[in-house]
Amino acid sequence: MQVFGLYNYWVVIILMMIGLYVVIASGNLIKKIVGLNIFQTSVFILYISIGKLDRGTAPILVEGVTSYSNPLPHVLILTAIVVGVATTALGLALAVRIYGAYGSIEEDEIQKQDNAS
Amino acid sequence: MIRTQLPALQVVIPLLAGPTCLLLHHSRLSWGLATSASWVALFISLALLDQVLATGPISYELGGWAAPWGIEYRIDEINAFVLLIISGISAITISFARTSIEHEVHSKHVYLVYTGWMLCLTGLLGIAITGDVFNVFVFLEISSLSSYLLISLSRDQRALTAAFRYLVMGTIGATFILIGIALLYMMTGTLNMSDLAARIPSVSDTRTVKIAFAFLTAGIGLKAAVFPMHFWLPNAYAYAPSAISALFAGTATKVAIYLLLRFFFTIYGVEFSFETMKLDRILLPMALAGIFVASTVAIFQTDIKRMLGYSSIAQIGYIVLGVSLVSVTGVTAAILHLFNHALMKAALFVALGCVFFRVGSVTRDDLAGIGYTMPWTMGAFVLGGLSLVGIPLTVGFISKWYLIVAALEQQMWWLAGLVLISSLLALVYVWRVIEIAYFGTPGDRSTEIKEAPATLLIPTWILIIANIYFGIDTSLTVGVAERAAQALLGNAS
Amino acid sequence: MLSLLTVTALAVARLDQLFAAVMLFGIYSLLSAALFVVMDAVDVAFTEAAVGAGISIILMLGALALTSREQRPVPRSRHWIALVVVVVTGAGLIYGTLDIPLYADPNAPAHLHVAPRYLQQSMQEIGIPNVVTSVLASYRGYDTLGETVVIFTAAVGVIGRLGVATEGRIEPKTGGLEHYLILRITAKFMLPLILVFALYVQFHGDFGPGGGFQAGVIFASAFILYGLVFGMENVTAVAPPVVVRSLAAIGVLIYAGVGVVSLLMGSNFLDYNILGHEPTHGQHLGIFLVEFGVGVTVAASMISLFYAYASYQREK
Repeated sequence: MQVFGLYNYWVVIILMMIGLYVVIASGNLIKKIVGLNIFQTSVFILYISIGKLDRGTAPILVEGVTSYSNPLPHVLILTAIVVGVATTALGLALAVRIYGAYGSIEEDEIQKQDNAS
Repeated sequence: MIRTQLPALQVVIPLLAGPTCLLLHHSRLSWGLATSASWVALFISLALLDQVLATGPISYELGGWAAPWGIEYRIDEINAFVLLIISGISAITISFARTSIEHEVHSKHVYLVYTGWMLCLTGLLGIAITGDVFNVFVFLEISSLSSYLLISLSRDQRALTAAFRYLVMGTIGATFILIGIALLYMMTGTLNMSDLAARIPSVSDTRTVKIAFAFLTAGIGLKAAVFPMHFWLPNAYAYAPSAISALFAGTATKVAIYLLLRFFFTIYGVEFSFETMKLDRILLPMALAGIFVASTVAIFQTDIKRMLGYSSIAQIGYIVLGVSLVSVTGVTAAILHLFNHALMKAALFVALGCVFFRVGSVTRDDLAGIGYTMPWTMGAFVLGGLSLVGIPLTVGFISKWYLIVAALEQQMWWLAGLVLISSLLALVYVWRVIEIAYFGTPGDRSTEIKEAPATLLIPTWILIIANIYFGIDTSLTVGVAERAAQALLGNAS
Repeated sequence: MLSLLTVTALAVARLDQLFAAVMLFGIYSLLSAALFVVMDAVDVAFTEAAVGAGISIILMLGALALTSREQRPVPRSRHWIALVVVVVTGAGLIYGTLDIPLYADPNAPAHLHVAPRYLQQSMQEIGIPNVVTSVLASYRGYDTLGETVVIFTAAVGVIGRLGVATEGRIEPKTGGLEHYLILRITAKFMLPLILVFALYVQFHGDFGPGGGFQAGVIFASAFILYGLVFGMENVTAVAPPVVVRSLAAIGVLIYAGVGVVSLLMGSNFLDYNILGHEPTHGQHLGIFLVEFGVGVTVAASMISLFYAYASYQREK
């Protein structure tokens, strides 16, 4: 039972780590942003898992239902999703500008040009 | 009536000013609005500090909902002081910013700089004032996103990559903080700081709470550029517009350090942080390594802004060092240095802004002979540099003094010695600038270079005078820092 | 479901084709939205589907179109560094989970402290059935104000970096798809439906999933569709960039304005109780206005983002 109850969390952790791996290992700026998105989305799943309750239902109050899932993590993640898309939008805009300035979105290529100048 | 609403106004005024700057869509008007908002914020923070010192911590319930159900603002000695640092540095540097920004940023983007500035100020003040950990995350992101923007608005194309790298590192840091908050929430069911502090002791032996501690420390450490998590900082400071570098050097990392203090002392408590986790044993070597490595790297920089960036990492090392001593004097030294370092770094970056305004570069070779063509600017730089080294009668001396006293209190003679030796490294990199400015052979263009205009010089000298004033009359700064340190450490007992 | 997510994430990590990686991330995002429904987080699922699978993907594809589509392989050493970091962090996290309450355990501290009050009291205190909306807009309304500021900041940032022509007209880079008859008729048919749906989501958030944020995204998508099908010229004639950008700022000001009004009426910032003749009435009014502010900022910011990407021309 112990193992099964934690299984969910462990998969979520693996997902987070795949995201983080993509961020660190990619030299491509857009791929980095995709990695960040996977990382963050996985953290969202972590939060929502905290809110889940056995036999709970969605936290919209209805007559006759007494067991609801915890609404607080939902609220936090709604906020975090917005923060995530805001970061993505800005990051991609920077990547586009970098391509405009350097003609590349590969990290090592940009580094090379900076060192040359 | 207005007095009770000051905590809300502290953040809301810049928050309202940000979008309004965008609506104005006019460089000068936006600047005027942003500057007024900054000064109002400074006066509010002074009033708040006064109130806290007189009557003790203030609590303000946003939306009228009691904590922990609603979000609470909680102001005690330490964050009142941090609020003062942020709003003070912002008010002085923004007064300097107009001429400098018009010179360094494309004219159609100038109003965006002030929009971003106000948003950044909102974020920083919001982090410092709040008593709710998730609210910290939200405002951290406001300040981060606006700083990525502010850095990238520079005309230097390398600013783009610096901003991008900062964005990636900053987001990883923020996500780590988010994970830490999730783990804490799992174990305690609350997000309010004082409520957390009350509930953590009952679960403090769980592995979850310890891992949460590690994630929060790493995440905030990244934001604070604590060595060895500093890689984003030098380029971000070097390529951002000068006024922005001055703002960040004085505020952004300071707020992150404040957050560390908050988590270590208030939320987790001294016992957990330093006895269970043995945090001091990690912090002390990290701080020393940061001081020595970054100072040495600083010596070899040719770009002076970059040099100051590395110097900032070293100075953050001193602050962490003070914390790692876990004594009232040590923490007092850390808090003092938050304030003092903000003053000296802002002054130095502002002085470099003057240089950049006339010379168009801050590379070492281009500064040859500038001590004679721009005497006031370089005079300010020299005084700021001496403060950085820690010469008596400057604020830098006060910080080092308290740090050394704290080390001696614990019979750590070697540590006091190391602090002194590290000051010599600072002397070396500051001297290398002085050397070229006063004894270097001027290039061909040097005759065209004039002294910077008064609009730039006056704020520079205000900061320099502050460096000296607070180096002589320490009653305010030391008094507040000591009370804050006692409050932080007192929470444990 | 979780294993599907893992497979998708691994595929994203391995692919060098950026286009495919982005598409797979879209699938990843939709899968997690489905997972959120299973976990009873309907509001979150709605948002994730609209944002992760919608807006984020559009932005990523836009960025790809403006840059390059393939990534070059990176040195092996880098993979090792990444692997070490990831294994250490992951192991730490797994170690940390050993003491957490089991999944869906009703006795977890998270369910016993703070949250019960929202479920039990919000009907009397606020008077709307969707607890998520109550917490979002009232109990933690200040976080939501921050969130609105974040999205506004991003819009300012993208405008600043990619720069929409300030004069109000955008050079048409690619003509619309107006010569495709079927597309045009379908789009014309869809547009009013989307707008009506957006309004429904905006004002129905008190009872069902939805609210200002989701509505804003849907509202913006109508404009994006219009722009894609009928060309940038037409959409900017309907909604000039300067107006849209100003609206993004005005939305934030509406939200903060509600707070200032409550403050001026002698109560705390964002305390809605004072706005009406009785507390729940005030709460209704406050939440309505605040959600409206969110909707305006989000819709305007999203449209601004779209304009910025669509009009960006590479500087030579």
